[in-house]
Amino acid sequence: MRTAVGTRRGSLGWLVVPALLFFTAFGIVPLVGVLALSFTTWDGIGAIMPAGLANWSSVLTDPGLPHALWVTFLVMTLSWLVQTPLSILIGVFVAGGQRYRAVLAVLYFLPLLLSSAAIAIAYKALLDPNFGLGAGLGLPFLVQNWLGEPALALGVVVFVVSWQFVPFHSLIYQGGVRQIPVSLYEAARIDGAGRVRQFFSITLPQLKYTIITSSTLMVVGSLTFFDLIFVLTAGGPSDATRVLALDMYLRGFRGNLMGPASVIAVILVLVGLALALALRRLGGTDPNASQLEGA
Amino acid sequence: MDQNRISRRSFLALAVAAPIGASALASCGTAGPGQAHSGEASVWYLTGQPQEGIRKAGVDSFNAAHPDGKLAATWFQNDAYKTKIRTAIGANQAPTIIWTWGGGGLRDYVRAGQVEDLTDWFAQNPELKKKRFATAFGAATVDGRIYSVPCENVSPIVLYYNKAVFAQVGAQPPTTWNELMALVPVFNAAGKAPLSLGGQSRWTSMMWLEYLFDRTGGPGVFEAIATGKPDGWSHPAAIDGLTKIQDLIRAGGFVNGFQSITADSNADQALLYTGKAAMMLHGAWTYGAMKQDGGDFVPGGHLGYTAFPAVEGGKGDPANAVGNPSSYLALSSRATDEQKAIAKDYFATGLLSDADADAWITKAGSVPIVNGANSKFSGSPDADWLQFVYDLSSKAPAFTQSWDQALPPAAAEVLLNNIEQLFGLSITPEQFAANMNAAPSS
Repeated sequence: MRTAVGTRRGSLGWLVVPALLFFTAFGIVPLVGVLALSFTTWDGIGAIMPAGLANWSSVLTDPGLPHALWVTFLVMTLSWLVQTPLSILIGVFVAGGQRYRAVLAVLYFLPLLLSSAAIAIAYKALLDPNFGLGAGLGLPFLVQNWLGEPALALGVVVFVVSWQFVPFHSLIYQGGVRQIPVSLYEAARIDGAGRVRQFFSITLPQLKYTIITSSTLMVVGSLTFFDLIFVLTAGGPSDATRVLALDMYLRGFRGNLMGPASVIAVILVLVGLALALALRRLGGTDPNASQLEGA
Repeated sequence: MDQNRISRRSFLALAVAAPIGASALASCGTAGPGQAHSGEASVWYLTGQPQEGIRKAGVDSFNAAHPDGKLAATWFQNDAYKTKIRTAIGANQAPTIIWTWGGGGLRDYVRAGQVEDLTDWFAQNPELKKKRFATAFGAATVDGRIYSVPCENVSPIVLYYNKAVFAQVGAQPPTTWNELMALVPVFNAAGKAPLSLGGQSRWTSMMWLEYLFDRTGGPGVFEAIATGKPDGWSHPAAIDGLTKIQDLIRAGGFVNGFQSITADSNADQALLYTGKAAMMLHGAWTYGAMKQDGGDFVPGGHLGYTAFPAVEGGKGDPANAVGNPSSYLALSSRATDEQKAIAKDYFATGLLSDADADAWITKAGSVPIVNGANSKFSGSPDADWLQFVYDLSSKAPAFTQSWDQALPPAAAEVLLNNIEQLFGLSITPEQFAANMNAAPSS
């Protein structure tokens, strides 16, 4: 068995070549380029001048960096806290076989079809204090300075991010739940476990790897989160929603300071890698943690 | 990871640009962007009607008259263009003719040696310079030399007001800052917002500061800043202007929640024409939008407009204007001599020709930067408005360019950011000045 797999692997090794080439051309080479650019001064049109460590020291001492990191962390944590329970509940719900659930599932997944820019523009219009949803429906509590108050704007960003991505993660959880052997639930029922007990004692532990996968996507994804925030708030008000990826874009493509922007890019890559590795660790190499019965 | 994102973005931009370039190829039978055949010059223009149609008609008629030296136009959406043109110039792939906003962006091109000095060309063709508003040349000039050709139309910032709302409270439009401040409680008591502002877009708030700096200290205050004089933002007139705007905000001058209102959805204009706000400071380009969206508002004569109020004791001439003095076309220094000759021919005969100037008046409802253009306003339904804009722009002793375009891009970004904080009352005028003094100046 093992040798068979071995020979197959050997003969099919060339299959990775296209992927490897693409990864090198579009992943590694730009990464090296960014690292090199971070030690230079460049405005995008003039000559590229070496700048030594000037960009690094200016960015690392800029109070904007810890702020951007903090905002990124807030968006990441808050959107994880909002999305994960919701996604699990919806995922478990739509995993059921009933027909009405299948119909609802289709409706839930609609936000997945929309582009971030379209969502951002739509929400911007809905949140307008004079002509938006609150004014239209005559609901005064919806008439707030949504995009003008720093705390509210951050809340809006987390809400819209969640609205957009909960369907996707629900889909992942739906798949995860359907993988759980029915026999486990049958055994639990015989033991007298109620629905709530079944959820906490069987569904959740069995979803461990799904949770880790979905969380990794959320956490690492929120690091590069850019388009929606860019269109919705452009980092405002007063930098309240200026996440790291946005900070990089604004420095690089609005301010034309490619050097400092590249420093931020390198920091982003490092933070992203560290987080992904940490989550893998969390995923555990515990040999006793088994997902499937009998395994 | 993020870098992937950028390359994906630019890749997407390319993917979007390719069909545009391809359609230009198909329709004109010319080469792609920046890579025109030797007998052809290329120009990149912005899309968006009605301007796009006027630009296209201009290029088409030029090509019809010059079968052996044609111009190939490629079209870009506004925001995509901003990034695209910088990338193209940086990669020495610029088109022969570079459409620009002048000011700080043009200065970058000049510093990088990418655009031609056109001072001598204007000296050889004095009639072309005399034809255009003198105020249009400021943003085309870098270190005393002219690097681009002013063209198209002028868009000053003006104070719009709703005549019906003013009649309701029995008030007159303000001519001084104190009158404006006195109107604030009057309108608030009547349940109307005194001023509409799309504060989320930030450059909308900037227009207030542009005028306040000018009215309190004259155009020299910002001129010193734009030319990179140290501590220009700490000028007493600047601090005075910054304090005045915060006084206005504290007094409740702007509509509630103005920080959540965006200019790109025209919600700020809607507040004015629906009678929820009494006044709005905005660019001349909003006239057309309000005419289109406001129902009876513009045709019924409910829209009033006036110059920005004078500031008591201020040094600035109340006739000064701010805004976009014109659009600009620069000539790439990388183009071949043949291409440059075609481009200069287009500058001389195509731009603001009689037909072109007429089109800007009749099709866009705007004022071309041509001296004497007002003689053609009489037939227009918007004749009064056009004459107002014409007088304001052509007679202004000083026409300050919009700050975010006059400053270098890096400083402009810092500026917009600090303006947002200033209007949110989270920083004082002194902090604003200190932050801006520290901003990169070139």
